[in-house]
Amino acid sequence: MGASFTDFGGWEMPVRYSSDLAEHHAVRSAAGLFDISHMGEIFVEGKQAGAFLDFALVGAASEIAIGRAKYALICNESGGILDDLIVYRLGQNAYLVVANASNKDVVATALDERAVGFDVEVKDESDQWALLAIQGPHSVKILSQITNAPLAELKYYAISEAQIAQVNCLLARTGYTGEDGFEIYIPVDAVAKVFDQIMAAGKDHGLLPTGLACRDTLRLEAGMPLYGQEMNIDINPYPAGFGKVVRLDKPGDFVGKAALIALSQTPPTKVLVGLAGEGKRAARADYEVFVEGSDSTIGVVTSGALSPTLGFPIAMGYLNADFADVDTPISVDIRGARTPFTVVKLPFYKRAKN
Amino acid sequence: MINREGLHYTKEHEWLSIDGDIATVGITEYAAEKLGDIVFVDLPKVGSSTTYMKICGEIESTKSVGELYAPVDGEIVEVNDVVSGNPELVNHDPFGAGWLIKIRFTELPALLTHEEYAALTGEG
Repeated sequence: MGASFTDFGGWEMPVRYSSDLAEHHAVRSAAGLFDISHMGEIFVEGKQAGAFLDFALVGAASEIAIGRAKYALICNESGGILDDLIVYRLGQNAYLVVANASNKDVVATALDERAVGFDVEVKDESDQWALLAIQGPHSVKILSQITNAPLAELKYYAISEAQIAQVNCLLARTGYTGEDGFEIYIPVDAVAKVFDQIMAAGKDHGLLPTGLACRDTLRLEAGMPLYGQEMNIDINPYPAGFGKVVRLDKPGDFVGKAALIALSQTPPTKVLVGLAGEGKRAARADYEVFVEGSDSTIGVVTSGALSPTLGFPIAMGYLNADFADVDTPISVDIRGARTPFTVVKLPFYKRAKN
Repeated sequence: MINREGLHYTKEHEWLSIDGDIATVGITEYAAEKLGDIVFVDLPKVGSSTTYMKICGEIESTKSVGELYAPVDGEIVEVNDVVSGNPELVNHDPFGAGWLIKIRFTELPALLTHEEYAALTGEG
């Protein structure tokens, strides 16, 4: 297919198949098919699966309805973010925890350690599961050709068993692009067949195979933080804007609770914001942010690109809380040139809901 | 269609087409492909002087920033304004409509032949 690949935790992952921009636009206007098999699939099963996840994560997994999913964070004792996760509830006592590729071992190890004393089994099945994501407004139309699953009934952030291309899969209405779409968990030996059949079904609907490069600009436009960029072990959920993901009100103890209670009581000094610029020059990760017309540093960019959809530069970064209000003008040092940007509300892009 | 065999090249993936004392400069197809989709080019001003292997411009793709190194000592006599408005030309036609600058030079430094450049990139 002419793709260029990068090694990611032992998986050969496609960065791009043709052109980052063409792939990006395909997802916004038609559909794109991502192979994100490098993600980690960790199954948690047992009588105390819900109670265990309530202890191990900062959210309330036991409150998730069967067949639904929630965005979640796993923190250390100091409240630092180890990873961000999607937690799917597959049954009364069964969950699927999906971790970022670079953190799957950290997450699996942390879950193992935290499972001591709980009637629960933690199984890292990352090597046995592939993951495809079809994203974009034509996703339903394309997928419906190769499945009898009632796609229209599958709600956003819901999951169900489904046959796709005659293969038994787990089908979830989730994604990381800001578009409607599905993520499909597939036994690893069947992924090529499912991939090919989805591509064939999408032939007349503008479907392109899409790589990790455009996935990054898509998630950035959608204002979705990326672990390693906007989050790391030294950042707690509050500056990252994930205060609501932390459920200090849930019963019982959880890892990081004491630290997070303390952190929740004072407003963070740095907060994650969206930045929008003019012209074409992107503010990129690690570029410094300054008070407009001054040499005082007030923050740093964590991700940035020339937005393919909007046509102007967008970025996310951490700014001193005093300068984090929407409409605050600031400047970013782009390779020696102070360039004006404005603090804006996230997300940068929101799809039109039908 | 430009004859790529007849061009000069640099290790920084620029090509030069020499006509008298004027060098037309662009980046190679190899470099354009490596950069990915080019979304912004920052070119020097006409009249500014260039120094061999000093940065004189930037080529920015969706993912990264590439530097344009002056392949000769000289003076910028023309820049490709069309490319400034349509940076994707560098991807689509790097040896043609995607040319970047013209430099009036006094002396040509040692440059790579097409064969030497192809050997460097492992292509051709």
